Amino acid sequence: MAATDVHYVRDEMAPVLPPPAASGGLLGWMRANLFSSLGNTALTLVGVLILWLLFEPLIRFALIDAVWTGANREACLGHHGACWPYVADYFSQFIYGRYPLGERWRVDIVFAAFAFGLVPLLVPSAPLKRANVIFMLVVFPVAAYFLLTGGFGMEIVETANWGGLLVTLVIAVTGIVASLPLGIVLALGRRSQMPVVRLASVVFIEFWRGVPLITVLFMSSVMLPLFLPEGVTFDKLLRALIGVALFASAYMAEVVRGGLQAIPKGQYEGAMALGLRYWQMMGLIIMPQALKMVIPGIVNTFIGLFKDTTLVLIIGLFDLLGQIQSSYTDPTWATPTQSHTGYLFAAAIYWTFCFSMSRYSIFMEKRLHTGHKR
Amino acid sequence: MSETAAMTAEAKPKMAVSETDVAIEIVGMNKWYGDFHVLKDINLKVMRGERIVVCGPSGSGKSTMIRCINRLEEHQKGDIIVDGITLTNDLKRIDEIRREVGMVFQHFNLFPHLTILENCTLAPIWVRKMPKKQAEEVAMHYLERVKIPEQALKYPGQLSGGQQQRVAIARSLCMNPRIMLFDEPTSALDPEMIKEVLDVMVGLAEEGMTMLCVTHEMGFARQVANRVIFMDAGQIVEENAPEPFFTNPQHERTQLFLSQILH
Ligand SMILES: Nc1ncnc2c1ncn2[C@@H]1O[C@H](COP(=O)(O)OP(=O)(O)O)[C@@H](O)[C@H]1O
Ligand SMILES: [Mg+2]
Repeated sequence: MAATDVHYVRDEMAPVLPPPAASGGLLGWMRANLFSSLGNTALTLVGVLILWLLFEPLIRFALIDAVWTGANREACLGHHGACWPYVADYFSQFIYGRYPLGERWRVDIVFAAFAFGLVPLLVPSAPLKRANVIFMLVVFPVAAYFLLTGGFGMEIVETANWGGLLVTLVIAVTGIVASLPLGIVLALGRRSQMPVVRLASVVFIEFWRGVPLITVLFMSSVMLPLFLPEGVTFDKLLRALIGVALFASAYMAEVVRGGLQAIPKGQYEGAMALGLRYWQMMGLIIMPQALKMVIPGIVNTFIGLFKDTTLVLIIGLFDLLGQIQSSYTDPTWATPTQSHTGYLFAAAIYWTFCFSMSRYSIFMEKRLHTGHKR
Repeated sequence: MSETAAMTAEAKPKMAVSETDVAIEIVGMNKWYGDFHVLKDINLKVMRGERIVVCGPSGSGKSTMIRCINRLEEHQKGDIIVDGITLTNDLKRIDEIRREVGMVFQHFNLFPHLTILENCTLAPIWVRKMPKKQAEEVAMHYLERVKIPEQALKYPGQLSGGQQQRVAIARSLCMNPRIMLFDEPTSALDPEMIKEVLDVMVGLAEEGMTMLCVTHEMGFARQVANRVIFMDAGQIVEENAPEPFFTNPQHERTQLFLSQILH
């Protein structure tokens, strides 16, 4: 009878099986996600309707009704679509502003060198990372500075003549590159044990966060010259660059501080117990984790900064948007659709840049994810 | 029980305790958190090669005491002398002491963004200025000792708790410390993982490492400890060799505590 006390004994171990294949293909996915129930189907249909209402006019304007060729306004008059020959005609001005025609190759080299350095930097598996970083942080900025402004036998080009996408990128890239390290230092300063450092950081951050960027730009262009001694001029673009960089770094500092606050105390203790110095601990243990955690916030700040560059228009710098707007005064292309076309073009360019940053940050987040979160 | 006793008899003679060489000396140490007097007049002398187990109720100041030894916490009164170096605010001395004193935490405190191997090589490379290749050899040596060399390229988040704690021990050992501090190394582990960590600690003890362990693993205390220290309310209440400590506790607080943890 003893044998019946045992209710169940496995006599064969279950084999290890591969996971079942994901079901369905496109149709299966649609059935599961879009039409799984009556309510879901209704939502899907409403969604499609909204998309149609939004995008149908856009596509009609940008593609179907658009004018694609022509030499002047005559071609676009009477049409309801975008006037693309106007953009084509102005394209180089949108890119270079009033940069002298014969010198634009210099800008092209800068753009090319930037892409050449940036792309392998963004691809994690690309080799020679150290050389790459040195190129981007040292060689490129110096070379770009001389190429763009002139010297060494090259014609001097005043920054007042720069414009278009060139100005947008110069401001955005400088702001991005300067604001991250500055923001990190400020965030560390704000959490420092030393009262003076902490106070200085807090004052700096709160000052720059407390004033609108427009005010900063106005101050830098109107007020600053009043304080400077007679005869000293200070490049307008440079002033905007500094203003934007400091402004962005204050925001960056708070984003980074958020990340620092999320690091458990045990990480500091683990690092200290091993004998790491403060900067080693911060640089090797704390910052990498904190920054990884706030990638979405960092990229958010970058994207905000990129779009805020359009504000330099009010101090008389012509960035991409400013350059497009200034072209509206040209009678050659004056038509009812001209400004719509220009703004659409501007929106497309800004969107492309910002969307790329956003996608890249998502890619990086996934890549840096280690281990299972529970 | 009899098995442990046999092991004790076997293992103990191998562990030589120095008669003259003092590893840690704590003299009249006091510490406050604000107004709260956490540590009251702590006096403790740990000889080289000695293994001491510290136990006591939660909140009695055990962690605080051993964290003062490598200056994760600052004491306000009294002296702490580690390896002949008196702890002061001098950062250089603190660094010197931290290099000689390894610490294992309850929650491992591994660096989640680094692989197991990188966790182990980080301090030798940056603090001891060891070449990377050599640091990796050392790390692999200790990972083998804690029996997880095959996990070297994984991240901490991919390991079980017991494995993580063994990595944490290996990480400390890579700095070749002369003293090891353990703060409840098995308290955060599932029961089936406690043994694998204790085995590593017993191995260390057998090699003559000077150890100061906060733990409630009484089997471990009986097996390796030279002395057991009982703390309550920020003071050392009783101190004795493991056998008499467990079989014949003197202070009533010790008796109460032991009756609670031994049922
Ligand atoms: N950073 C701190 N600030 C204030 N009180 C603390 C701090 N850390 C620990 N304590 C208090 O000090 C006492 C001793 O803590 P601890 O050394 O962690 O005890 P144990 O490790 O014995 O459980 C506890 O009452 C605890 O609440
Ligand atoms: Mg504790």
